[in-house]
Amino acid sequence: MKGRKTLNKTSKNNFITMGGLLLVYVIVLILKEGGITTNLINGQLVPICAYMLMAISLNLTVGILGELSLGHAGFMSVGAFGGVLIGTLMQEVSDSKTLCLLVAVIGGGLLAALAGFLIGIPVLRLRGDYLAIVTLAFGQIIKSIVNILYVGLDADGLHVGFIEKPEILEDGKMIINGAMGATGIRKISTFTFAFVVLMLCLIVIYNLIQSRTGRAIMALRDNRIAAESVGINVTKYKLLVFAISAAMAGMAGTVFAFNYSTVTPTKFDFNTSILILVFVVLGGLGSMRGSLIAAALLTLLPELLREFSDYRMLVYAVVLILVMLGTNNAKIRNLVAAFISDIKSMFGGKKTKKEEKTNG
Amino acid sequence: MKKMKKLVCFGLVSAMMLSAFAGCGKKDSGSGAIRIGGTGPLTGGAAVYGNAAKRGAEIAVEEINALGGMQFELRYEDDTHDAEKAVNAYNILKDWNVQISLGSVTTNPCIATAAETYADRIFALTPSASSTDVTKGKDNMFQMCFSDPNQGSASAQYISQKQLGTKIAIIYKNDDAYSTGIYETFIDKADELGIDVVSTTTFNTDSQNDFSVQLNSAKNAGADLVFLPMYYEAAALILDQAKKMNYAPKFFGVDGMDGILTLEGFDTSLAEGVMLLTPFSADASDEKTKSFVAKYQEKFNETPNQFAADAYDCVYAIYEACQKGEVTADMTAEEICDIMIAQFTTMKFDGLTGTGMTWGTNGEVTKDPKGMVIQNGVYVGLD
Repeated sequence: MKGRKTLNKTSKNNFITMGGLLLVYVIVLILKEGGITTNLINGQLVPICAYMLMAISLNLTVGILGELSLGHAGFMSVGAFGGVLIGTLMQEVSDSKTLCLLVAVIGGGLLAALAGFLIGIPVLRLRGDYLAIVTLAFGQIIKSIVNILYVGLDADGLHVGFIEKPEILEDGKMIINGAMGATGIRKISTFTFAFVVLMLCLIVIYNLIQSRTGRAIMALRDNRIAAESVGINVTKYKLLVFAISAAMAGMAGTVFAFNYSTVTPTKFDFNTSILILVFVVLGGLGSMRGSLIAAALLTLLPELLREFSDYRMLVYAVVLILVMLGTNNAKIRNLVAAFISDIKSMFGGKKTKKEEKTNG
Repeated sequence: MKKMKKLVCFGLVSAMMLSAFAGCGKKDSGSGAIRIGGTGPLTGGAAVYGNAAKRGAEIAVEEINALGGMQFELRYEDDTHDAEKAVNAYNILKDWNVQISLGSVTTNPCIATAAETYADRIFALTPSASSTDVTKGKDNMFQMCFSDPNQGSASAQYISQKQLGTKIAIIYKNDDAYSTGIYETFIDKADELGIDVVSTTTFNTDSQNDFSVQLNSAKNAGADLVFLPMYYEAAALILDQAKKMNYAPKFFGVDGMDGILTLEGFDTSLAEGVMLLTPFSADASDEKTKSFVAKYQEKFNETPNQFAADAYDCVYAIYEACQKGEVTADMTAEEICDIMIAQFTTMKFDGLTGTGMTWGTNGEVTKDPKGMVIQNGVYVGLD
């Protein structure tokens, strides 16, 4: 998609996205600290960051690698429960919230990356529809495994059980309690932390895409046979992308889980995977900026539509269809483009200078 | 393309700002009424519970407001039985300056909102979220319903005491906190009482359309009573499929079974003879129940279930505590919270779902369960 553009132009575009994201963060933070935003918005900041991270990580698989994955929520689940486990253990030794969260996020990410790597070995020999179906199955398998997984902690240490709940001492507690998921999580995710994780991942993704590895990955997407003929190792690059994408989804899961006092395995089901895919498709395959915007808007939208009460999801669907039609219609696009250039000529150079300053 | 994205970018920011500011205007309604808010599944698979609780609370608030004196204002927000949405819904209530919370109707969302009400020091009394995780470690979270362990062990005790069956089969939903919670305590108590459990099978959200495997397992083991600790949608299918395979044991449910008779398209003759443990029956002959059922039927054209009664009781319990504690509408949520905790841990409350109810400092209620059996499409007391 962007192959023809020069490196400079792409870089500039990437900086605009990152700068824009930073700008939005600063504005929202100021509004939040000033007490201007509502509780509803404040409560959604962390989940929005998590969903944004989910969207860009899936976009890496779907948009850049060109393989459809329908089990992305599975990695989020691994990250969420793995992260909660690690974070809760960390809390036994450390009082620092940020440190606990940091270790949990790294741990959750690594666990998810491991899951992505393991699942990738057999799965990535498949292509297209077959891969999509297997990833879908993977999501279900993760959900089912977490459903029967019990992890308890007491004075004797960790107790792990499958299907059967392990016996724990009176003073102990269940960290992961089968179908009931993890309860009693300390709410330590903060907007700033979630944003920093998101920003770092975005930088990693942009650098990856623009690197030699990224070009090899995109070559695979555009023409596998041609890419193989020049010596690109298909399995290696696919596995790499799958693991990175899974790691980021895992981090998103951890950040998400620590924002609520409870997470259940059923939260990360097929519907969530599809929701993330909708963010990616609506935002445009391969466009990180699009994914970010779509994820934020579509997470906020159902809440903003509460006025419609029972018709909320109907309106939501209609909005989705309209946006899809709108962004794919040449006439509307031209209209919008003309409108923008009008505005640009009115405000002219000032705006671009400002933006460059923030990015610089 | 690039330009367009910019516009969308701008749109996003302005939308966020707009929504941020939009909330400001609504903050104060200043009607002099105490604001009570709750979240529940008003849409989606568990909507029957959310709507029933909302309606029950509405009737109570109407009655109380008609008395003059203390005034209440009630607001329910939809949480679609999802913890994430429940927190959003709760935050909307907070933007509305809610003073007393009715928690959430279903268990998992309520665990999430309970943590929020605890952090915000808003008193919460949930009509029906039954897990002990809801109240654990939170001094300002109270329950109107039995907790799961209570239900599980009470069911086992009831079955054993009344000798309802000799060989018991259990079918439960293993990805549901409510169902698993009751199962675990039931099986513990059953062990203790020497109840013979011959078959234990599970299902989950993805497989809740076909129960032939589970029912066959129960049938082959010769179970004469099947314990169904689950919500009523799945139970309705089980009853239907059991009938089709000519398997007619006794069925025993818990309070989630309540609502089966009002399920759309459900043949109520299938539920004939089903027993369930619930604290409320719509055919009770006391004045309070009669008047509540009549009002509910008139207003919503259906028979109220236990969730409606629980929510109704919640509002009245809050009303009583507010009167005794002399709560006024201009108090902050935190002030009210302290008064309510003091009142709830000392008061005795008579409601639709039980008499002489008391609350411990852990937030759990003490009241007697009633065994019900469905006869001719209505609940009849078992005793």
